[in-house]
Amino acid sequence: MTTNATDATQNLPSSHFYVREHHPEQGTLLGFWLYLMSDCLLFAALFATYALLSHSYAGGPSGADIFDLPLVALNTGFLLVSSITFGFAMLQMQLKRVNGTLLWLGITGLLGAAFIGLELYEFSHLLGEGFGPQRSAFLTAFFALVGTHGLHVSFGIIWIIVIMVQVKRFGLTTDNSRRLMCLSMFWHFLDVVWIGVFTFVYLMGVLQ
Amino acid sequence: MSEHNAHPPSGDSHDHYQGHHGEETRPGHSTLKGYMIGFVLSVVLTAIPFWLVMANVIEGSGLTALVILAFAAAQIFVHMVYFLHMSPQAEGGWNLLALIFTLILVFIALAGSIWVMYNLNVNMMPGVMSEPVLEMQSQ
Amino acid sequence: MQDKTDLTSLIFGRLSLESIPYHEPILVVTFIIAALAGAAVFGFITYKGFWGALWRDWITSIDHKKIGIMYIIMAFIMLLRGFSDALMMRAQQAMAFGGSEGFLPPEHYDQLFTVHGVIMIFFVAMPMIVGIMNFVVPLQLGTRDVAFPFLNNFSFWMTAAGAGLVMVSLFVGEFGKTGWLAFPPLSGIEGSPGVGVDYYIWSLQIAGVGTLLSGVNFMVTIIKNRAPGMTLMRMPIFTWTALCTNILIVVSFPVLTVVLAMLSMDRMLGTHFFTNDMGGNMMMYVNLIWIWGHPEVYILILPAFGVFSEVVATFSGKRLFGYSSMVYATIVITVLSYLVWLHHFFTMGAGASVNAFFGITTMIISIPTGAKLFNWLFTMYRGRIRFELPMMWTVSFMVTFTLGGMTGVLLAVPPADFVLHNSLFLIAHFHNVIIGGVLFGMFAAINYWFPKAFGYKLDDYWGKWSFWLWTVGFYAAFMPLYVLGLMGVTRRMNHFDDGSLQIWFVIAAIGALLILGGIIASIIQFVVSYRRRDELRDHTGDVWNGRTLEWSTSSPPPQYNFAFTPVVYDNDSWTDMKKHGYERPREGFVPIHMPKNTAAGFVLAMIAAACGFGLIWHMWLLVGASFIGLIGGIIIHTFNYNRDYHIPAEDVTRIENERSQQLDRYA
Repeated sequence: MTTNATDATQNLPSSHFYVREHHPEQGTLLGFWLYLMSDCLLFAALFATYALLSHSYAGGPSGADIFDLPLVALNTGFLLVSSITFGFAMLQMQLKRVNGTLLWLGITGLLGAAFIGLELYEFSHLLGEGFGPQRSAFLTAFFALVGTHGLHVSFGIIWIIVIMVQVKRFGLTTDNSRRLMCLSMFWHFLDVVWIGVFTFVYLMGVLQ
Repeated sequence: MSEHNAHPPSGDSHDHYQGHHGEETRPGHSTLKGYMIGFVLSVVLTAIPFWLVMANVIEGSGLTALVILAFAAAQIFVHMVYFLHMSPQAEGGWNLLALIFTLILVFIALAGSIWVMYNLNVNMMPGVMSEPVLEMQSQ
Repeated sequence: MQDKTDLTSLIFGRLSLESIPYHEPILVVTFIIAALAGAAVFGFITYKGFWGALWRDWITSIDHKKIGIMYIIMAFIMLLRGFSDALMMRAQQAMAFGGSEGFLPPEHYDQLFTVHGVIMIFFVAMPMIVGIMNFVVPLQLGTRDVAFPFLNNFSFWMTAAGAGLVMVSLFVGEFGKTGWLAFPPLSGIEGSPGVGVDYYIWSLQIAGVGTLLSGVNFMVTIIKNRAPGMTLMRMPIFTWTALCTNILIVVSFPVLTVVLAMLSMDRMLGTHFFTNDMGGNMMMYVNLIWIWGHPEVYILILPAFGVFSEVVATFSGKRLFGYSSMVYATIVITVLSYLVWLHHFFTMGAGASVNAFFGITTMIISIPTGAKLFNWLFTMYRGRIRFELPMMWTVSFMVTFTLGGMTGVLLAVPPADFVLHNSLFLIAHFHNVIIGGVLFGMFAAINYWFPKAFGYKLDDYWGKWSFWLWTVGFYAAFMPLYVLGLMGVTRRMNHFDDGSLQIWFVIAAIGALLILGGIIASIIQFVVSYRRRDELRDHTGDVWNGRTLEWSTSSPPPQYNFAFTPVVYDNDSWTDMKKHGYERPREGFVPIHMPKNTAAGFVLAMIAAACGFGLIWHMWLLVGASFIGLIGGIIIHTFNYNRDYHIPAEDVTRIENERSQQLDRYA
């Protein structure tokens, strides 16, 4: 942060107490990271609630009764593959290839949509059996945690669509590249949260 | 929320904010190799816990739970390094500092809540206390 | 949620004419007064033709200085509302003894203490500190604006939208009757079927978004936008406390968001987070909300500590004693504040080990706080102290806050807490630290930085009236509550049978009247200062012989703050510059790159407020439309890449030349 202090002073008229040109570093990526950190705490509160309520079945089903692990494994696969395809989009972006970036972003968005679709299928299946969030505190906490993650992914998909339009129209400008980096962090962050979800909710839910 | 990055430099290359600072916005160096390593590792680290649980490999759910939690921790680490490009250099170390601080607070909030709520349940609802909550505390 | 799904309920939800409390005389009179005042302001602005200027220069402004001033104006307006609630409570408790029922029915009284707490914490104290940070931090950093100026404007309007919803609840429907943290099951749908708790939830959710975003914004600003040479350990102490406060905002507000969202799901969707049946656990609400709630206390007090540090150093004419210990104390408080939340519910049965842990961590917090107090005292020691208004507030703070801190340590002892929990002793304690700490700090800050913001000092005479009335009024109002609390009187009562207690409540009510005098005096202070502005004018930009960078620019600062960026070599950088004969640059100005004003923040926040109103009243059509509008508005905003412009070099030269001439004239 102090790099400009010395090299810019010499062109000053009067004293070493002022510099004419000082440009603060761009803060968007750091700011977005800090936002993600606060999101982390948001999920922590949801995980804590789930941890507390995960055995309050109130006579309803337990995790072992309702979780369909092959389905979850498939969904996890979608999300994992989507993170590598987002990586490919970022590599294309570094090479300044608009079409390659768009292609991989599109694939990522579709994988995200597949993830959401499967999750909605799971939810509607549970609701159909009468195991909605109103059934027991366990199901309440389950729907809240998994649903919040799903909501984040849905916003990620909307964001992918918006940024695809923007890259298409304005090219890979500095602005758009920075936005892509933020989106990339967001997408990979959701992956990390999902690791917690499938381990803590699904796998450990089936165990007990 | 996340979409308005207020006050971005315009695309104009004569812009003052651009200059020699343009490069600083680039975090880490994304390479194909990095992404591939990360992907392979994360696939492995995902597959093993699923296999452990679905094939019922280890006797005793407590031990299995510990093992899959360890795998989750390892996978989170892999994602942080290879996908989120976390390193002590990113953003002058602020990213990593923020992450570590956040992880400490997440730990405090999670462990603290479980500890507190467990004690409240034991003391205030002795009859209702169920076994599994006890287990949860040990995890 | 409703049986009838016809168009009326889709549009109006639960809202009907009966929701307007026209049968409550107090509210009708309030409404008439508010409507008349609103009409007067509206008419005045129209008569003077100020609407255009208001829109261009303020509402759409993304200048951190103007946003800061708007925050503080909003906080003052909300202070009047919150304080009138307090006055009514004091009056009720002084009257309602034995046969007398007082003048407030219970359902009205319960709304009063709820809304008083909510307004004072969320819409007075928070906007006040965010406003001061907005105004001061970029100036102290030697930068031209915050990192994300648009976001700053949006944050302000989200906070204002939340405040607006609370105000609307006065005349349309009702507010919560649950106390300021709305514990379930009382705040659940069965305990509170009305819209009161929904007003509570959605006003806080909307304001919370604003607070969280401004937290991120300030963290990035402080990390990235420091003047060249300003290492972390050369940052002014107020900026340090602002950094720590914003860290706490970023890590604690999401927890509040989650817990309120869960409560609203319990109420709207029939889920079972905090219900009594189906496995829900209401203690989890208490646990989670205090994980947010305790850091919140430090979010409020840390910037006040920063203000006192600046004021003490300036008015003692000395470098702050123990700068680095002050910084480390602040950091330690920041981390520890996350480890003490259980002391808010010692009595709820956590048991000995848990209570001991949290009792001890709570007591540990008083160590860094005590270190700060000694630092201020040692700064004053052998200093050349000038008892100007900011310094008077600071000294009053030191005495008052020490008292409040000590009663806090008493409450931190779990066995003592079992006696004092939920009593008026607790009420006295937290008013003691929040008024004696936060509010006195904000008055010190306003008196200290007002000349910087407007170019003239605040009137001394009325400032002293305000100071003495507040200080004496505070002691008169809250010392009786300590006594009553020790006698076992509980909080939130609107009627007492034991007549022997009445005298204490009467004294407290007199104290509240003195505080009313203090508030009136400070309003008079603003008016008188404005009318005497030419006498009180400060031409130097450095009215107090300040020590940090904000005093190196003109008062009020130009839009771009600094034509040339100052270079920092010392943590009292402006003192250092004065000592070493700095020379103001008088030529060679270049165009300055600035962000453009935008209406986007205001528009989005108003849509969010509409969405919140719809959610409160179950107007699903409005909710759907405004939600889509919100997402669409954000997307449209991201298509605007053209967000900045340059102030031409000629303009900068002209402004700076005027300033140079002014300095020469008065030197």
